[in-house]
Amino acid sequence: MKEELQAIEEEALAAIEQAEDSQALQEMKVKYLGKKGSLTTVLRGMGKLSKEERPIVGELANNVRASITEALDVKTEKLERDALDKQLEAETIDVTLPGNPVHVGGRHLLTSIMEEIEDLFIGMGYEIKEGPEVETDYYNFEALNLPKNHPARDMQDTFFITNELLLRTQTSPVQARTMEAYQGKRPIKMICPGKVYRRDTDDATHSHQFRQIEGLVVDKNITLSDLKGTLDVFAKKMFGKDRKIRLRPSFFPFTEPSVEMDVSCKVCNGEGCSVCKQTGWIEILGGGMVHPRVLEMSGYDSTVYSGFAFGMGQERIAMLKYGVNDIRHFYTNDVRFLSQYHQA
Amino acid sequence: MLVSYNWLRNYVNLDKVTPEELAEKITRSGIEVEGIEYLAPKSENIVVGYVKSCEKHPDADKLNLCQVDVGEESLQIICGAPNVGAGQKVAVAKPGAKLPNGMKIKKVKLRGVESNGMICSLQELGLDEKYIPADVAEGIFVFPDDAEVGTPVQGLLNLDDAILDLDVLANRPDALSILGVAYEVAAILNQPITLPDENLTVDQSLQAKDYIDVKIDSIENNPYYGAFVIKDVEIKPSPLWMRNYLMASGIRPINNVVDITNFVLLEYGQPLHAFDYDQFGSTEVVIRQAKENETMVTLDDQERQLNGKNLVITNGTDPVALAGVMGGADSEVTDETTNILLEAAYFDSASVRHTVKQTGLRSESSTRFEKGVDPNRVKRAGIRACMLLQKYANGKVASGVVEVDKLDKSEKSVTITIAKVNQRLGMELDEKDVTAVLTRLQFEFSIHGEEIIVQVPTRRQDISIFEDILEEVIRIYGYDHLPYTIPQGWVQAGGLTDIQLLQREIKNYLSSAGLMETLTYSLTNEKDAMRFLTPDINEEPAYSVGLAMPMSEEHSHLRLSLIPEMLRVVQHNVARTQTDLAYFEIGKVFVSREEKVTKQPIENLHVAGALTGLWHNHPWQQEKQPVDFYVAKGIIEGLFAHLELDVTFVQTKMADMHPGRCAEIRLNNKGIGYVGQIHPLTAKGYDVKETYVFEINLESVFSVHQLIPSFTDIPRYPSVTRDIAFILDMDVPAGNVQEVIKEIGAPLVKEVSIFDVYQGEHMEEGKKSVAYRLLYQDPSRTLKDDEVDASYQAIIEKVNKQFGSYVRS
Repeated sequence: MKEELQAIEEEALAAIEQAEDSQALQEMKVKYLGKKGSLTTVLRGMGKLSKEERPIVGELANNVRASITEALDVKTEKLERDALDKQLEAETIDVTLPGNPVHVGGRHLLTSIMEEIEDLFIGMGYEIKEGPEVETDYYNFEALNLPKNHPARDMQDTFFITNELLLRTQTSPVQARTMEAYQGKRPIKMICPGKVYRRDTDDATHSHQFRQIEGLVVDKNITLSDLKGTLDVFAKKMFGKDRKIRLRPSFFPFTEPSVEMDVSCKVCNGEGCSVCKQTGWIEILGGGMVHPRVLEMSGYDSTVYSGFAFGMGQERIAMLKYGVNDIRHFYTNDVRFLSQYHQA
Repeated sequence: MLVSYNWLRNYVNLDKVTPEELAEKITRSGIEVEGIEYLAPKSENIVVGYVKSCEKHPDADKLNLCQVDVGEESLQIICGAPNVGAGQKVAVAKPGAKLPNGMKIKKVKLRGVESNGMICSLQELGLDEKYIPADVAEGIFVFPDDAEVGTPVQGLLNLDDAILDLDVLANRPDALSILGVAYEVAAILNQPITLPDENLTVDQSLQAKDYIDVKIDSIENNPYYGAFVIKDVEIKPSPLWMRNYLMASGIRPINNVVDITNFVLLEYGQPLHAFDYDQFGSTEVVIRQAKENETMVTLDDQERQLNGKNLVITNGTDPVALAGVMGGADSEVTDETTNILLEAAYFDSASVRHTVKQTGLRSESSTRFEKGVDPNRVKRAGIRACMLLQKYANGKVASGVVEVDKLDKSEKSVTITIAKVNQRLGMELDEKDVTAVLTRLQFEFSIHGEEIIVQVPTRRQDISIFEDILEEVIRIYGYDHLPYTIPQGWVQAGGLTDIQLLQREIKNYLSSAGLMETLTYSLTNEKDAMRFLTPDINEEPAYSVGLAMPMSEEHSHLRLSLIPEMLRVVQHNVARTQTDLAYFEIGKVFVSREEKVTKQPIENLHVAGALTGLWHNHPWQQEKQPVDFYVAKGIIEGLFAHLELDVTFVQTKMADMHPGRCAEIRLNNKGIGYVGQIHPLTAKGYDVKETYVFEINLESVFSVHQLIPSFTDIPRYPSVTRDIAFILDMDVPAGNVQEVIKEIGAPLVKEVSIFDVYQGEHMEEGKKSVAYRLLYQDPSRTLKDDEVDASYQAIIEKVNKQFGSYVRS
């Protein structure tokens, strides 16, 4: 009987090995292991065996069954795997064809610049203030030490609506409004971004509408050195840590002393090139110590408080930082321009 | 202000500083030098020559054959200029010379005759045509007789000069004069200054008061008027050096008298005016306000209509000059003039500015009066001009100036302390550092313990308070010496306001949704300003705000909607074959509630969008989805879902929008915006194709939005869904049924969504089937089947009753 069992095993294993599909395997399972299968048939003869032989043959029979079952499982798995492999092979696609397009939107370059500047100053403890774009003559000019008929009013051509109403020419009225709201009673650290308007003909460097961002710090003992240090932090963050700044005297009615800040040209590293008109420096912004009359008009005692203010055009910063050569690009909104700066 | 380097060095020593170095120093100390221009590049071999003889070229009528002595040799030169003649001293470019225009001078033969050089005009020597005096504009330039033969012409014609272009801002009118710049440069270089010669010898036999009288009727606008009389002047060209300086300063020489007034104007910054005494029309100068509708003809031959705000110089009867702006044609100095009435006056800046604005006339004189002249230099400038007229016009200067003088010429004094200087600068300067600057600026001062009292010269009208002196100290001491510090002491937590944060959030959402941000103009045309208004604006009469003086019709009124300018952006891009566009913008609109604007309009922040072309396009997959109403609506639904606000959409009709494809967006039962397709006719007007737009007033959103959402527990009990399909009349809005289902189903029905809409085949005419999926949930327990069933039945009953519908079987 032993020989019979071994013969069954041998035959079964060989047959399973040869099987080509799962149906053949199923048939083999029936043939060898089924109720009428050869193994069962053999085992029916167990009763004829001696008491001593029975357990030995029994164990052998179990081993044969296990061996055949395992061979069937292994072969089944292999066939399934082969079938899957074949199917996947058939599913091969051309990976070089273009993928499903994703609609990419994005912020305007000036928004990115503005948020970058805002975040930089927020980090230094500034709050962000906003104000009306249609302003009164008082907040746009008079509260900033620009009385009617002041010659410096000619520096800014203004869109008037009535004698007293105008489109703000600068974001400085927000400073005046903030100082007035605080009634001279507390220190101030703020920036005010926003749209401003001037009576200019639109060309490569002028726009009748543009955006400014101004800063104001008022406290006891604010110094011109504080302005210089603050602007240095700003310039290095916006234009690179290797940039240097320099201050030059200038004139604005609302500050005294007034300065203009230049940043060393990054194109030539200060050596002089066509971008910086051979000077090695590029003019970035204006600022100064808040004029005592401006402080007084807004309710701050200029013998106790001092402050600095600065202001810049966002377009100019963006143009310098990203090499944009025409201010009109910001307002034409050509998608081929807008989509260039989505990572900005 | 154009400043001649060569002229400037008459007053301050510039030996150790090149024009470039000087420009850099001036810029760093306060006045920006915008550029340096050299009159003519350094050229050699151009010298003064003496024309010994001049004959006609044997073979050419228009050419002359000249023998010219150039010092060490004599050259035969052929010259085509009609004004060449024997006995002249001329500029000769010798062989080897190179002219500023690049032309190289060589020996040549002209019609068979040798020519060894070229006799030059001023143009050929590199001077700007528009500044060359009329008498020498045609043909070659002839030097005065005293020019020495063989001398290089560079120096004689000032061709080696460098012109510095100073950008003088409103605070430094003192730098609108060579003398003012000299003071500035002297301070920068720490050099002394040499003042011009004002030594005048008058003719004692002539008394000015016998010739003229001065009367001022408008003393507040004209606190000083001085009249000088110069007799028997000889009108001729002014000396070469003076003409050179004028040309270098951008002023065309005319004749000696006019040139001298211009020269002194530039030198002192004090405008003067020379009248022809004999054409003045009287012996009395009367300064008064013009009468209404009075007229006069100015030097430029224009008749000017005057009014009471114009200050005029009159001869007692008629205006002869617009004070401080321009003289009159009648009393102009001409070649026939022999006697001069010279005006040196101080006119109030506001008065001059008014006349300039009214007439549009702006002159070298008015520019200076507008910004303010030095009260202590007015009379001195007159004396200086008299001295020059005596010297260069052979005039006899009558003794005494006839004047009316109410001018305040006192100096201001400003008190400073070193402690305060250091407190404001954040530095540690000592007294010596500060007084050294004051000395360099030639400001007198006295020290009284801690205090320094500074006397401010009247030439510096910009200085009146401590901070002004502070600026002088630091600009001369040098900004580079300032340390870098950050404000110390008071601290606050910086940050964005809730509204600013929400704006950023909306920009984030819309960008991620595939829309690109635009930035358009707030100013649009009058008609567009009032189009595409959101419903909240239309609740009351609304008006646009117009500019008093717009630059153009396209930008004359402030917008009440972002859409019109956004459509222009769409048009711009479509015209450039960019056809698939999705834009958004956040910006202010300006709503006036009064027809005639007297106060600031309401400024509301809006968000708007415009979409056109394909929303999705995957060509090789044959996937193409054009933008439609539901794409636009989906973006808005997504936005409000993101903001956790519940909005509804109500079919509406609106001007400029498709009558069947426009919805009002409502928040808390208030219309806050719209979404829809632009009316095809309107689209045609803007030259765009099928375009969908939306606009929402964000102020309404800000007022209800909660920045920090309240926590809702995640449901622990299972939900149950039920579907119902209703057969509805075609004109019943599916959204209305949805609202009713929500209402009836509350509080167990948490969500109602539409998952199928069908109309057409197998459907009764005029009917449609809309399928709703209801989500039932109770956060505190598991729902029982029978209560869900009951609710479901109640909903069916109520909807059928209200909408005349039935359930699709």
